[in-house]
Amino acid sequence: MQSEVMFAGFGGQGILLSGKILAQTAMDQGFEVAWVPSYGPEMRGGTAYCTVVISDEPIGSPIIKNPAHLVAMNRPSLEKFAGIVKPKGVILINASLIPIRSGRDDIDELIVQTTEIASEIGNIRAANIVALASFIARSRIVDFDIFRECVKKEFSKKPKLIPLNMKAVDKGKLAANFDV
Amino acid sequence: MGKTFLKPNSLSDNHTHYCPGCKEAAHGRAPAMATGIKRVRPDLNVFTYQGDGDLASIGMSEIIHSANRGEKFTTIFVNNAVYGMTGGQMAPTTMPNQKTTTSPFGRDVKDVGMPIKMANLLAALQTPGYIERTTVLKPKYIVKAKKAIKKAFIYQMEKKCFSFVEVVSTCPTNWGMTPQDSIKWAEDTLLPYYELGVFKDTPKMEEKNAK
Amino acid sequence: MAKVLMKGNEAIGEAAIRAGCLNYFAYPITPQSEVAEYLAKRMPEVGGMFLQGESEVAVGYMLFGASACGERVFTTSSSPGISLMSEAISYIAAAQCPVVFVNIMRGGPGLGGILPSQADYSQSVKGGGHGDYKLLVMAPASVQEAVEMVTEAFVLAEKYRNPVMILGDGLIGQMMEPVEFPEKVAAKPSDKSEWATTGMDTRKSDKRNLVKTLFLDPEELNRHNLMLKEKYKKMEAEEVRYSTYNTDGDYKAVIASYGTMSRVCKTAIDMLKKEGIEVCMIRPQTLFPFPEVAIRKAVEKKSCKLAISIEMNMGQMVEDIQRSVSGIVPVKWYGKCGGEIPTPEETAEAVKKYLNNEE
Repeated sequence: MQSEVMFAGFGGQGILLSGKILAQTAMDQGFEVAWVPSYGPEMRGGTAYCTVVISDEPIGSPIIKNPAHLVAMNRPSLEKFAGIVKPKGVILINASLIPIRSGRDDIDELIVQTTEIASEIGNIRAANIVALASFIARSRIVDFDIFRECVKKEFSKKPKLIPLNMKAVDKGKLAANFDV
Repeated sequence: MGKTFLKPNSLSDNHTHYCPGCKEAAHGRAPAMATGIKRVRPDLNVFTYQGDGDLASIGMSEIIHSANRGEKFTTIFVNNAVYGMTGGQMAPTTMPNQKTTTSPFGRDVKDVGMPIKMANLLAALQTPGYIERTTVLKPKYIVKAKKAIKKAFIYQMEKKCFSFVEVVSTCPTNWGMTPQDSIKWAEDTLLPYYELGVFKDTPKMEEKNAK
Repeated sequence: MAKVLMKGNEAIGEAAIRAGCLNYFAYPITPQSEVAEYLAKRMPEVGGMFLQGESEVAVGYMLFGASACGERVFTTSSSPGISLMSEAISYIAAAQCPVVFVNIMRGGPGLGGILPSQADYSQSVKGGGHGDYKLLVMAPASVQEAVEMVTEAFVLAEKYRNPVMILGDGLIGQMMEPVEFPEKVAAKPSDKSEWATTGMDTRKSDKRNLVKTLFLDPEELNRHNLMLKEKYKKMEAEEVRYSTYNTDGDYKAVIASYGTMSRVCKTAIDMLKKEGIEVCMIRPQTLFPFPEVAIRKAVEKKSCKLAISIEMNMGQMVEDIQRSVSGIVPVKWYGKCGGEIPTPEETAEAVKKYLNNEE
């Protein structure tokens, strides 16, 4: 089985990091993974996106036309990519910045106020972790406990940030459940 | 009869064309190659031997950056105001109005600028430690040039600094002169422009200050 | 050693260190600057040397100098940077110095773009610099393979006293995948005392070593070049590497593809299989020497109607495939050359179109 997740948003929203943490989690769980960034000129200030491919077999093409899921952190990303997600996939919409919806009825739409939640726990920069936790909780694409450990590992060099990000993980998970 | 002159041990019988050392770099790139050697084998003695077309034209970037990094090798720069190897074309060091094969009416400084004074130019950098301009036109100058070159190598062996010795010389063939005339022309024309002397001797300065 | 998730560029830097190469000269250029950024931190930790040269032109000669005195040395760059180094590459090949180059290709010609491309196939395989010379060229298709090829590159470079080029498209540098590094120094250093200018006091014999590329005597130059030719022939006999995919059945076409593009082809072949269309792939892992025999044998199968070169350029490998199949089947090309990587769907569609035209 192979699954793909596309993360998209503005440069600076932690898009590439979210993808990396998901890839790391999947790898720790024993899956094959590939993390494929967009590194065009749009990286600076414009839209940034990356795709994470997760599979139980060696990965063929890391280039994906239709990802299984989408995490959209800004409006242009949702507008650009909502249409290419495979049916039954999860589309996470960062409602803090996106006033519209995907317009699809064949997918699982997950609406999360990532900025508000991150701001409640003390730092809006944790919005990407809130979104990622929400997405993982809903899609169950990887094991949530392994994911939690990976977030800890990611911030091990800045231990001060660990409690904040653990809160982000919990609140994100909660948001996924509330939205059901 | 005793021998009055022996070839130094450092010179081998290997036939080399324009590079007297043990490696050949492309035109102008010798300082980059020397950097490569010196960075991985700082214990080896390394020098580049470059002419004015090579060093002051195509290799300007390499010499400036090597000098500015303070690479601890020695550059011997032979300046005879012309491309000698390739048959007498205009060099960046060619004098105003000097005729060469590519400046048949004489170097027009309004068109191509004044000749470049490499020793002065490199001395403007803060890092390089020892820069001197010498000449080999007459025995009195040769003694000084020899001393300068020796000092440059001593500084290298003591791992002190980048050193640069410019040697103003003649090129009778490409200047179209007899050796005697070329010496006179060089003394009258080159030396007033390319002034001889020490431009920089940081190790000596530091030694003085320490005292 | 456990697997780690790493970007291709960083993994390439680490692989060189694990291969026992502690000397790195480079000049930054997208999309491979992460190698220099990684090694700027990592080299001091392992007692290695990193110098950022003033230009790729200079870096080429820094490599030449370091290698000429027998030290293991490598660089990484991207297309326009390799063009600037090509002068030195010609000298390094002529002087038979074992330098390892990594080209993380971007789109060209000119400044082109910074997205993935395979547009330097000809530059690496056919020359690039002046004169008669060959590089041994390897094309990784994953981060893990890039690591393995970097390790092997040092062994091959020293075995043949010849520069080796690792040719990766931009994605190989930018993608993160799990990698496993060899535990110990994986490439034993060779004896270089016969040729390297290591300094007279370090050698036992009185023989002076001379590293040179100038041979003004035509007979001497002829001899030198024929000796190089023998070396390249030996590479062709002994170092061809390739992998195959779906070659068992009665396939209708042979795809030849390398690097990231070959992985897209693999998925496209799986898709076509589901539709009942059999296509196989020969993936050259070395671009020089080229797997001529393997490709020829593959197209000799009766069911095979066609060979298709699928690359992210205008079809630079087509000539080599034509040479290999020597007229048995027609050779087509599919690919994109602007920086976009064709998707498996597009690739499968292109293959189908060619097959329909044949029938």
